[in-house]
Amino acid sequence: MPEDPILAVRGLRKQFGAHVAVDDLSFDLHRGRSLAVVGESGSGKTTVARMIVGLERPAAGTIVACGRDRSRPARGGAERKRRGREVQIVFQDPYASLDPRQSGAVLVDEVLRVHHDHDAATRRRITGELADLVGLDQRQINALPRDLSGGQRQRLAIARALATDPRVLILDESVAALDVSIQAQVLNVLADIRDERGISYILISHDLAVVRQLTDDAVVMRKGAVVEHGPTGRLLDDPQHPYTRMLRASVPGPGWKPARTLRPAAPPSS
Amino acid sequence: MSVLTLDIVTRRRRRSGLGVLGWTSLAVVAVAVLLAIVGPVLRPFDPNLADLSFANVGAYGSHVLGFDGQGRDLLSRLMAGARTTLTGAAFVALVAIVAGSLIAVVTAWFGGVVDAFAAAVLDVLFAFPGILLAVVAAAILGPGLLSAGLALAVAYIPYVTRVLRGAALKERAMTYVAALEVQGFSAWRLCLRHLLPNISALIIAQGTIMFGFAMVDLAAISFLGLGVQSPQADWGVMISDGKSGLLQGYPLESLSAAVCIVAVVSAVTFLGERLEARAKESRR
Amino acid sequence: MSALLEVSDLTVRLRLGDEQREVITGTAFQIAAGEAMGLVGESGSGKSMTAKAIARLLPLGARVSGRVTFDGADVLALHGAELRRHRARVAVVFQDPRAHINPVRRIDDFMTESLRLLDDVPRAEARRRAAAALEEVGIDDPAKRLRQFPHELSGGMLQRVMIATALLSEPRLLLADECTTALDVTTQAEVMAILDDLRRDRGLAMLFITHDLELAGAVCDRTTVMYAGQIVETRGSQRLHDDPLHPYSAALVQARPSVTATAPRLNAIPGRPVSAFEAPGGCRFAPRCPHAVDACRSHDQQLTALDGGWVRCSWAAELRGRLLASSPASSSGENANA
Repeated sequence: MPEDPILAVRGLRKQFGAHVAVDDLSFDLHRGRSLAVVGESGSGKTTVARMIVGLERPAAGTIVACGRDRSRPARGGAERKRRGREVQIVFQDPYASLDPRQSGAVLVDEVLRVHHDHDAATRRRITGELADLVGLDQRQINALPRDLSGGQRQRLAIARALATDPRVLILDESVAALDVSIQAQVLNVLADIRDERGISYILISHDLAVVRQLTDDAVVMRKGAVVEHGPTGRLLDDPQHPYTRMLRASVPGPGWKPARTLRPAAPPSS
Repeated sequence: MSVLTLDIVTRRRRRSGLGVLGWTSLAVVAVAVLLAIVGPVLRPFDPNLADLSFANVGAYGSHVLGFDGQGRDLLSRLMAGARTTLTGAAFVALVAIVAGSLIAVVTAWFGGVVDAFAAAVLDVLFAFPGILLAVVAAAILGPGLLSAGLALAVAYIPYVTRVLRGAALKERAMTYVAALEVQGFSAWRLCLRHLLPNISALIIAQGTIMFGFAMVDLAAISFLGLGVQSPQADWGVMISDGKSGLLQGYPLESLSAAVCIVAVVSAVTFLGERLEARAKESRR
Repeated sequence: MSALLEVSDLTVRLRLGDEQREVITGTAFQIAAGEAMGLVGESGSGKSMTAKAIARLLPLGARVSGRVTFDGADVLALHGAELRRHRARVAVVFQDPRAHINPVRRIDDFMTESLRLLDDVPRAEARRRAAAALEEVGIDDPAKRLRQFPHELSGGMLQRVMIATALLSEPRLLLADECTTALDVTTQAEVMAILDDLRRDRGLAMLFITHDLELAGAVCDRTTVMYAGQIVETRGSQRLHDDPLHPYSAALVQARPSVTATAPRLNAIPGRPVSAFEAPGGCRFAPRCPHAVDACRSHDQQLTALDGGWVRCSWAAELRGRLLASSPASSSGENANA
């Protein structure tokens, strides 16, 4: 019998007024696996992330993480914290996602104090381990965010998310704002963390190369609806849906020439 | 090879140092605070001891500023009055910023209906000038520093809240707050440990600016006879008491108190604005 | 044949408080009429400042030395009416169109303003030209678009409006500064295609500034790579991609994940990109370079010709052909200092 999924989403739907942001989304995520939610702006992919972590409330559908439903707001502090130990998130903007007044060490320490009864020495040890894991040295983990580069801040945001030892980590365009050389470092760190901790990722991204590098499966969304769902390699090498094909054809690469008429449904341009 | 400077007109970046004006302001505030603490004890004479035979007499022996219209020692009254005047203004500023911060953070946190309701109530409050509220408060609670202070504080709350709410909303929208919510942090912890500290510089700046307003408005209310009551020493009351002297060509009583108020208000407001500018700069 | 744009020994310092911060050090390149050159680099490389210097759009207090010649004119010495004419013939398209358009005025006003005010073109004629330019960048129903406000248009549509507006002044050089970075990939492809067409149809020269080597390669004959305010390599785009001469170009080629295959590990470059004013003496890339030796750190590197390109690395000839082969061994220190 196959293992139960660590995260199961069924019939998820969200509306903002008359606008349907996400419509009938379902997927399973298993332990140690990675799933990409791919789409362009307005596809609803970020709303999916926000619903899974509880920042938005779904209009319909269920989200089950670690066997427990989380489609309704948490009742009480204990449940809220337990959810925090199940699913965590790293946002895109490394500048707004850290409290400017807290160093990394203070930040991680606060998260540990909220969730566990460790003594100060244990908390220091765990903070050190997390810093090592994401590749921040002593000086960097004790520095204020304003003294860190974008890549270092993003590493710190990852360390904060990992401080609760979550089973699922959502990466909401987490490497999109980074320089090419830094992006590669962070992607490698993320791969190491998955190998070391058996954590599962949901990567919200528009970047198909990053999707290929980090994920096993992918869901392609367009205007809130799923247009294709399958193993990442197959989906990118042999896209079935015209929209996926168009996305794939838009990625620059050796020999790529931009084509003016990519839109599948558009009438021939004059 | 040509070397040139494009657009030579550059603005020097504001330095973080205080400058002459800043240090002067700081000195004025320090003296005022010191007076408020020890003034009533150190005053050379009893500020309420009246001897009409000395009314409006100028500097005389150890009475360096002379006497007021009722023959009381002017310097002693200024020193004793510092405490009432400054504590009154501080009380108003404190109540206004505590209430304002609270409303700002709560409305920013919950948004939606709470925010809309608070905004409506504040809009109504905006319509009432502080002096009018003070008249009403004096009518209900009787004249005195407490009723005047409370009325002014209530009148200031919308102004403070408007500024702080903007800052709190901006902070609330930062993704670090969302990240900590996902961590399971309580609203209490997030507001007290993260939101408030990040707008604290602005809160302090607003407090100092409100303090300046309060000093002037309290003096005005005392002038109307609805605030601190004579014979208690207070700079605002002194301006009022000096009215008759002014007409008779003895302006020193009103003038000395007015100079004290203007000096302290200017100094505090200047420091507050510098603080606010720096808070804005550091958030960039 | 002389070049349309010639930049030589361009050095730019910005003023920050009492400090002078060097952001470009001795940059030199040429662009011929109708040629497209890619300018690729990470943050701090000075690529955007290069464009701003050419368009004379540097921030207040910037100090510039060196020479920029555009169509025979000394750009850095221009002022008044001449400078205005220069800015008309060198069009700039930025990353975020919304930051460069007045949100409360119609597209019509935005597009025709300079035609009407500076060139005294009658309103109807200006509007006709604007409509034609919109059509040229692939916008259907231009009359309707002209009546709309910026917030009614998508980012991709607005960027096309910016390009069309730039075309109205009949420019000879287009400076495209990360102009597709904020767009969706499919929109990016369309905008790139439009730029490519314009270059061919109008003989428009283009300086295409981007962080994406592949993207530059798709529309540019030649690509220049900048690091810490210096040019480290200039080469034909295809050759730069397949056979880079500078270790940094090679590292950039390899650091990017591929859409066609999953790498067991990416060849990350250790450390973080720096700006000119933070860069060490000697070779500025040396601290992050897997091939660096002591001599690299002590000697400034010169841009030298090699195999039809220019490269700033004294070991380039020796390293040739080995740069792309050198794999994960070089990534051991990657966690060091991002």
